[in-house]
Amino acid sequence: MVENRPFLTMLSHFVVLVGLAIIAFPVWMTFVASTHSQQTMLQAPIPLLPGPHLIDNYTKVLTQGYGRVGSTPVMMTLTNSLIMALGVAIGKIAISIISAFAIVYFRFPGRMYFFWAIFVTLMLPVEVRIVPTYGVVASLGMLDSYSGLIIPLIASATATFLFRQFFLSVPDELTEAARVDGASPMRFFWDILLPMSRTSIAALFVIQFIYGWNQYLWPLLITTKESYYTVVMTVSRQANVVDSVPSWNLLMAMAMLAMLPPVLVVVFMQRQFVRGLVETEK
Amino acid sequence: MEKRVTFNERWLPYLLVAPQILITLVFFFWPSGQAIYQSVLIEDAFGGNTKFVFLDNFIHLFNDPGYYHSARLTVVFSFLVAAVGLALSLLLAVMADRVVRGATGYKALLVWPYAVAPAVAGVLWGFLFNPSVGIVAWMLQSIGIEFNYVINGNQALMLVVIAAVWNQISYNFLFFLAGLQSIPKSLIEAAAIDGAGPGRRFWDIIFPLLSPVGFFLLVVNIIYAFFGTFGVVDSLTKGGPGKSTEILVFKVFNDGFRGQDLGGSSAQSVILMIVVIALTVVQFRFIERRVHY
Repeated sequence: MVENRPFLTMLSHFVVLVGLAIIAFPVWMTFVASTHSQQTMLQAPIPLLPGPHLIDNYTKVLTQGYGRVGSTPVMMTLTNSLIMALGVAIGKIAISIISAFAIVYFRFPGRMYFFWAIFVTLMLPVEVRIVPTYGVVASLGMLDSYSGLIIPLIASATATFLFRQFFLSVPDELTEAARVDGASPMRFFWDILLPMSRTSIAALFVIQFIYGWNQYLWPLLITTKESYYTVVMTVSRQANVVDSVPSWNLLMAMAMLAMLPPVLVVVFMQRQFVRGLVETEK
Repeated sequence: MEKRVTFNERWLPYLLVAPQILITLVFFFWPSGQAIYQSVLIEDAFGGNTKFVFLDNFIHLFNDPGYYHSARLTVVFSFLVAAVGLALSLLLAVMADRVVRGATGYKALLVWPYAVAPAVAGVLWGFLFNPSVGIVAWMLQSIGIEFNYVINGNQALMLVVIAAVWNQISYNFLFFLAGLQSIPKSLIEAAAIDGAGPGRRFWDIIFPLLSPVGFFLLVVNIIYAFFGTFGVVDSLTKGGPGKSTEILVFKVFNDGFRGQDLGGSSAQSVILMIVVIALTVVQFRFIERRVHY
């Protein structure tokens, strides 16, 4: 800073630390709740420090699900979420990198129409056209399937735009050199463009993985079989089931498991995450 | 912007755009067309007969006090989410930017709420404020405040706002911090030499220079509050108690799936589409300006 004001610096640290504590508090309480027995979690002043039932609760939730017989084990919903998140992230990146390649590196009739057709999808989130999209997916027979969970969500313009921006910044000399050497367009794509796009792909992957993992309304609508439930929707469903004796400890263990994978991705791939966040908003 | 050097192929480019165009047509244009088409139809309860009613669904909607209630609620809700979220994250960003040591560490500690699903965020806050076991509800009660979001509409709305702001705070924080760090230090130093204190420097230099970022975040936050908060509302309150947290995007879903009113729900979808398009246009115009800025 420009001048030394110890008091103001202290105050800044203090404000940020208080903010951090408040922001982390819900997650701390969730963690605490997931380490206690069901009885402890039923009387009003619940404990503020972790208890001894951590392994019990998590094992139970992972292998048997929430309490009653016949409920889906979280292991299964976690797997579904992982399939969906990876499918959405990889699918989006794959279809948009090739369409951006076509739009930037080729001149062909109808190019601008395609460009605008992709562009307008930027404007309407799934939530807005949810009822008719459900109808379309139902009439295609894609309810209760991984393809129904994934494919309707990978039509989006942000990734195409990101790659388009990046390709436009790639020097023309590279393309010329490749052409002089007799490389075919696909050869140029695989050997030059794709390796150069590594950082953009990584950034986009982090953002889209989180987007896919955190989907809620879409899986809620199109899955009726428990074997396709994702973990986020299971947590929310269970939270709203009115039980005579709610198992807060198990519910919160499930919530922890639902949060953990995307949070770990963000924490460990922070640089790519920030980059992706800033770039997809351009 | 166009490439000078391109490839000449007749069929390859079509092949390359085909997957995305196909998916866009099937899952974007078809449903959007359906929404517009259904918004001018009435379908009877058994799905047998449909009747063309022109703008009746819209007229019906505009004469429905429930729709006005929901629209007004959405405006209040998104104003609260945007205002509270921006104010808090600006405060945190300014403070984190002030400390020389630790700014990156603070950034690392603040990014993760973005990764929590809105639906899970709703469950977390619902647990904290749960009337029977919630720790915050208990603390409030011990100082004499009765907090029960299950029966009190205003408290339910407050809780949804808190959860929504919490979920979005890291996003706002990252953009504000990046904006702050891109302000030239020489400006701040010049002002300091001229005798401007930290408060004066903030309001006269930092705040105006940050306003493009702030405006961008405002639009993003409004879009988020309009459409991204479905999960929070659904897992916390399901639009209740009564209709006190039934924001528009929740009403579309509720009328369409629970109420089976396809025409009305589609008409609402069409209105929401117009709102998003308007907001996106605002956002893009602004970004154009920032590029020339």
